[in-house]
Amino acid sequence: MANYKDIIYGLKDKRGGIIEAFHALQREYNYIPEEALEEAARAFGVSQAQAYGVATFYSYLSVKKRGKYIIRMCESAPCHVAGADEVIKAIESYLGIKIGETTADGKFTLELTECVGQCQATPVITVNSEPVFNVSAAQVPEILSAYK
Amino acid sequence: MAEEMRLLLEHADKIDPRIAEDYIKVGGYKGLEKARQMDRKNLIQEVKSSGLRGRGGAGFNAGMKWSFVPPAEVKYVVCNLDEGEPGTYKDRIICEKNAQALLEGMAICGTAIESKQGYIYCRGEYPFVVELLNKAIQSAKASGALGDFDIEVRMGAGAYVCGEETALIESIEGHRGEPRFKPPFPGVAGLWGVPTVVNNVETFAALPYIMTKGAEWYASIGAPKYPGTKVLTLTGDVNNPTYFEVPTNYNLRDVIYKLGGGIKNGKKFKAVQVGGTSGAFIPEQNLDTSIDFDSMGAIGAALGSGAVLVLDETRDIVDIVTRISKFFEHESCGKCNPCREGTFRCREIMEKINSGRATEADLNNILLLAKVMKRAALCGLGQAAPVPITSTIQHFGHEYRRKLLQYA
Amino acid sequence: MINLTIDGKEIQVPKGTMLLDACRQAGADIPTLCYDPDLRLAGSCRMCVVEAKGRPTLVASCVMPAENNMVIETESPDVVEARTVVLELLAARHKFECPTCESDGSCKLQDYMYRYGVKESRFDGEGPHFHTEDPNPFIIRDYDKCIMCTRCVRVCDEITGAQAINIEDRGHHAKIATPFDGKLADSTCVFCGQCVMVCPVGALTSRVAAGKGKPAQNEKVLTTCTYCGTGCTLELNVKDDKIVGVTSNRDAEWSPVNKGALCVKGRFGWDFVTSPERLTTPLIRENGELRPASWDEALDFAANKIKAIKEQNGPDSLAMFSSARATNEENYLAQKLMRAAIGSNNVDHCARL
Ligand SMILES: Cc1cc2nc3c(=O)[nH]c(=O)nc-3n(C[C@H](O)[C@H](O)[C@H](O)COP(=O)(O)O)c2cc1C
Ligand code: SF4
Ligand code: SF4
Ligand code: SF4
Ligand code: SF4
Ligand code: FES
Repeated sequence: MANYKDIIYGLKDKRGGIIEAFHALQREYNYIPEEALEEAARAFGVSQAQAYGVATFYSYLSVKKRGKYIIRMCESAPCHVAGADEVIKAIESYLGIKIGETTADGKFTLELTECVGQCQATPVITVNSEPVFNVSAAQVPEILSAYK
Repeated sequence: MAEEMRLLLEHADKIDPRIAEDYIKVGGYKGLEKARQMDRKNLIQEVKSSGLRGRGGAGFNAGMKWSFVPPAEVKYVVCNLDEGEPGTYKDRIICEKNAQALLEGMAICGTAIESKQGYIYCRGEYPFVVELLNKAIQSAKASGALGDFDIEVRMGAGAYVCGEETALIESIEGHRGEPRFKPPFPGVAGLWGVPTVVNNVETFAALPYIMTKGAEWYASIGAPKYPGTKVLTLTGDVNNPTYFEVPTNYNLRDVIYKLGGGIKNGKKFKAVQVGGTSGAFIPEQNLDTSIDFDSMGAIGAALGSGAVLVLDETRDIVDIVTRISKFFEHESCGKCNPCREGTFRCREIMEKINSGRATEADLNNILLLAKVMKRAALCGLGQAAPVPITSTIQHFGHEYRRKLLQYA
Repeated sequence: MINLTIDGKEIQVPKGTMLLDACRQAGADIPTLCYDPDLRLAGSCRMCVVEAKGRPTLVASCVMPAENNMVIETESPDVVEARTVVLELLAARHKFECPTCESDGSCKLQDYMYRYGVKESRFDGEGPHFHTEDPNPFIIRDYDKCIMCTRCVRVCDEITGAQAINIEDRGHHAKIATPFDGKLADSTCVFCGQCVMVCPVGALTSRVAAGKGKPAQNEKVLTTCTYCGTGCTLELNVKDDKIVGVTSNRDAEWSPVNKGALCVKGRFGWDFVTSPERLTTPLIRENGELRPASWDEALDFAANKIKAIKEQNGPDSLAMFSSARATNEENYLAQKLMRAAIGSNNVDHCARL
């Protein structure tokens, strides 16, 4: 695993780039660890309180540990009318967790999201930001079993 | 799809958007060349007279916006690729099919306002578009087409409000995406306090064609007051849920029945929401309206982002609007009182109505709240959040009343 | 100059004047929650909205520059309606404990609810849920009474410079928090209490003064802080001849040095005044024991000792160490005593606050 300091200082020259740094941290850890947030605040010359305010503002950023695969279910209107509720229920029952939770083995975290801009093929889920199209409740076990 | 008019998407899937040479082969970067030879004032005048108006929702004349930019040592050109309006993916399509036109358009704007640096703010949901754009920029720089104009891509992180231009600027600066009060407008004091032009992807991508084919030609396409083409994205209960590029005087009924192939499964039409989740719901009797900005406005709706969500006769409007109210609760930045608390209470009252626990008094409360949000919220999010509610109470009031306690 | 009409009155203001100031100049009383003349503008509470003829939305007067020919109404039915709904929205998430609240009587939410006759909120859903525990000795943080004006965040950043707090999360769930929503003591907070000073409601209050008397009912006595030579103005809260708290007078005329801003000692450290452990007479050490003495006796004793030392070992065997708690004038006299009366330049000062 890359050192969080290397990740942060690699982006240090991007003016106002703390959000880019948070993305880079999340690509490595899937969340922003506390020490990394504090380091990012130092690197970008903002207070820790401000860095924390930024990290908690954006729904794609998390300061809490998450699983290896982050599943996001789109629940915006186009996916809603296409049956997102059924898909959510199917994912919850397949993984045995509720929205916002992580499986005991640390593999999956389930989150809701608003529109991910793939509305030509609703309902849509994303797994680590990769969209999966036209998901039906019946397909959920097959789709998720592919993630090892 | 005979009635489409493909301008931005003419070469879709025939050229690789990442490769500048591909684009140059089909006539790309000629518009920028022409712009560079023009006097700055004439260039802005040319864009102004083309009648090109913003495709991000507010419909402001692009050339006019540029003309407000005061002299300054450093200025920025910012492209709004936040595309958070549910049901919208046209900016992604424009990038995936014709990213070089966007880059060229930004450079034309850079020439007009004398800016050497552009930023593209791409929503966090599109990491693959960020990758594509970075390759496209590299190729365009290597080909020399962009000259000394530089473009950097910055990524959002899941906040619809960051599509609002001042929240977007805050976000590029590395802050919470909270909108600023206006004035000052970004054209005067924007990114890092300097003059900044913010335009939508589709607005920028139209510029090369205006430059090469002429303002007059562009002004003659579609609706006279909102000329050009518009990329629409169709979702919901239509047979053909995909994207289309049409002239702006295209008829809404035709969007659904010709382009969309009509309602799925032989059902009847109930309503259509144009402009994304913040748009109004339009009933059958208003379908014979042109999709342009002003015609939509005249029926109390908005073209917005150009998303078109079609609902068939079996759909429960109140349930869908309840879901939409949850969207705004989730996406309110929380800065101003009417929206921070208003979106929360709207969702509560909508849930109460949707679950059959509400009374006429709740309906009155939500209408009063909606009025105050529209008039007193700080930014467009809070001002538009009640529109789906008020437009459906207006046109589909019986569906609400059916769910009230006394009738249940 | 800009010419505009406010509530039917034609007035003139310099270019760049905000509508809020123009309205006040025209005699209108505009309610504000987030506005603070010493802080960066927020324009977020929307209490100060007014109607500008011809505009589709109401305008927030605190952040809208006056323009020529504007026609402004400050209490039109629409304005009153908007303010009323904003108050009801705030009330819906508020924990009303006015009878026992430290801010009772000096609370803007209370004042404006009274002014607009808001008896209850029509939004009867989920109530306050922002409970916070922070067992520090100085500041009670009760975000169930917070109205999210962010004045505390701005004052902590712009006046104190501690940047201890910010906003966590967004939307309705946004809340004032230290990093990772911890305790103030674990943050960069210096307990200056500036956030308490600017909080327009009872969300931030002094734990030291809690229960001793509501600031709105206490007698206010302006004095100068004795902790250091900066000379900050304090507003002593006095009840039954006892100091029960310190608040700020932010008027530059009365508080020219600090405009109400204080440090932890001035704001929270006043209990020494009536401490039973305070010395009340001079003490003289005899055979290793301290015994009370009169001022005359003590001064004579000290003078004689100083004279004796000077005679025996010369003036440079003496040194004066004076205090930052004394004023400049007092310190001047101290060095004068040393140089002119005793004849030594051995003068120093604890130049620390
Ligand atoms: C809540 C909100 C969200 C917005 N989202 C977008 C967006 O995703 N894309 C966009 O181009 N404009 C969006 N806008 C409009 C922008 O503020 C701005 O008007 C636009 O980017 C200007 O570009 P244009 O003139 O080319 O349309 C949004 C506005 C609001 C109030
Ligand atoms: S209207 Fe909503 S999104 Fe806009 S500033 Fe207010 S709280 Fe934020
Ligand atoms: S903050 Fe104001 S309204 Fe709230 S309990 Fe205290 S005095 Fe009452
Ligand atoms: S007491 Fe002072 S340092 Fe601490 S949070 Fe309040 S303003 Fe900031
Ligand atoms: S704690 Fe007080 S000052 Fe801070 S945001 Fe809340 S109400 Fe405003
Ligand atoms: S006082 Fe003007 S918006 Fe708060």
